[in-house]
Amino acid sequence: MELCDILNYEFIWRAAGTGIFIAAVSSALGVFLVLRRFSLIGDGLAHVTFGSVAVVMLIGISPMYITLAALPLVMLSSLAILKLTRSKRIQGDAAIGIVSSIGIATGIILISLSNGYNVDLFSYLFGNILTVTQTEFLLSLIVFIIVTATVIIFYNDLLAVTFDEELALTMGIKTNRINLILFILTAVAAVLAMKVAGIMLVSAMLILPPLIALQLSLNFKMTIIVSVLFSILSVLCGIIAAFMLNLPAGGTIVITNVAFLLFVLGVKKILLLQR
Amino acid sequence: MNIIRVDNLTFFYNGLEVISDISFSVKKGDYLGIAGPNGSGKSTLIKNILGILQPQKGSVSIFDKPLISFNQWNRIGYLPQRINALNQHFPCTVEETVNLGMKIRNTAALKRTLKLMGIGHLATRLIGELSYGEQQRTMLARALINQPDLLIFDEPTTALDPETRDIFYSLTEEMNRSRGTTIILVTHDTGVIGQYARNLLYLDKKIIFFGTFEDFCASPDMAGIFGLTSQHMICHQHNKTENSI
Repeated sequence: MELCDILNYEFIWRAAGTGIFIAAVSSALGVFLVLRRFSLIGDGLAHVTFGSVAVVMLIGISPMYITLAALPLVMLSSLAILKLTRSKRIQGDAAIGIVSSIGIATGIILISLSNGYNVDLFSYLFGNILTVTQTEFLLSLIVFIIVTATVIIFYNDLLAVTFDEELALTMGIKTNRINLILFILTAVAAVLAMKVAGIMLVSAMLILPPLIALQLSLNFKMTIIVSVLFSILSVLCGIIAAFMLNLPAGGTIVITNVAFLLFVLGVKKILLLQR
Repeated sequence: MNIIRVDNLTFFYNGLEVISDISFSVKKGDYLGIAGPNGSGKSTLIKNILGILQPQKGSVSIFDKPLISFNQWNRIGYLPQRINALNQHFPCTVEETVNLGMKIRNTAALKRTLKLMGIGHLATRLIGELSYGEQQRTMLARALINQPDLLIFDEPTTALDPETRDIFYSLTEEMNRSRGTTIILVTHDTGVIGQYARNLLYLDKKIIFFGTFEDFCASPDMAGIFGLTSQHMICHQHNKTENSI
C-alpha cells in the first residue's frame, strides 16, 4: 500500500488528529511530572484506569462512552496520590504504588466476577488508536484546548512550583491549587492516552517525549515545545508504520518515541566526543 | 512597625519538639542574625515565618498582618538553604530563574540585578550547567530583583568564594542602611553575624538570647553559654565593624 492511499481513509485522519491532541497534552504535562520526579504517576493512573474501565463495563455503560465514564474515578485516584504524597509517613513512589495496586487489583477481581466482557477489557490494555470513536476525537480536542490554555495561563506558577515548591509558596503562589490542576489534567491525559498506547504504555506517552527534549539543553519554554513536537512526530510516524506494516499502533508509537530518544542520545554523545 | 512578629511559636516534627514557645519581633530596618547549633530549629523557624510549615501552637504576623491573610509576597525576598531544582538537568536559564514567579517582566531590573551579582554574562545559560557558586548567585539575584522590604537568607554564602561573599554582605548592608530593607540572616558563621547584623537571636530549640550585640557582649550569662572566647570573637568582630563606620 502506498503512503498516499492511507490518507483516503477517514479513520486514519481521526486517529491522527486524536493522537496529535493526546500526544501534545501528555508530553506537555510530562515535562512538569518528570522534573518533579512524578514520572511513575502515568503507570499508577494507567492501572487505575484499568480498574475504572472494568467498573464502568460492569455497570453496563456503552463502549462509546467508556473513556468519558472512567474519568471521574481516575481523577479521584490522581487526587488520592497527591494527598498520599503529602503524607509525612508515605514516600511519593510508595503512594503511587498503593493507588496503582488498588486499581489493578480491582480490575482483576471484576474480570474474574464477570463472564462476558474480558475481551473488550483486554483491548484497553494494549490500546488501538485506529479504532478511536468520534466522541473520543472530540473529547481529546476539548482536553487539548483546556490543557493548552491552562499551561499558558498558569505557566509562571507551574514553572515556579516545578522549580521548587517551597520557594514558590514564598512567592505567594497557591501551590496546592497548582498541584490540583496538574494532577487532574494528568488523570485526564492518562485516560485519553490509554486509547493511543494502551494502559500498559500510558506512562511512555508522559515520560519519553519530555526525556527527549531534556537531552537538548533548552530553556524551559522550548523544552515543552520540543517535547510536544517530538510526541506529535512519534504519533504520526507510529500510525503510518503500524498501518503499513500491520503492527499494533500503541506499541509502534512508543517504539518510535524510544527510537527518537536513542537517536538524540547518540547524536549528543557524538557531539560531546568531537569537542 | 513590626515587620515580623512571632508569638509563642511551637513546632513539632514527627512528635518531636523542634522549636519551643518562641516569641520575638523584628522592626523595620532591623538586621537580625539568627545563629544556633545544627538542629537548633533555625531553618524550621524561617519556614514557619514564611508559611511553608504550619506551627502547632502560636502565631506569626508579617507586615502587621496575620500570616494567613498576608498576600504581599513580592515584598519578601527569600533565599532557602537548599533548592530542589538545582540539578544538572533542570531546563531553566539564569534569566528564567531570576524571573521566577514574576507576573510582569521587568527587563531593566533583571539586567541591573544580574550585573550586580556578576552573572550578566550567564543570562542565557542553563542553571544546571553552572558551578554551585554561580547557582547561588543566581538565587541571590532572584531574591533581590524586586528590591523587597524584607530579605530572609538561610545560609546564603556557603558555596561562595570570599570575594563574592564580601560583595554579597556589603550589598545587604547597603540595602539595610540606605533603603531601610529589613534583613534576617541565618548562618553558622557567627563572625559574619557579628560583622553585619545589629541584633542577634541565638536559638537552640528555644531562644537562648535575643537582643542587641551590646547586650550580648555585656552579658556574663552569654559568656557562660558560648564560652568566653566565642563571645569575645563575636563581639570583637562587631566592635571592629562599628568603629570603622
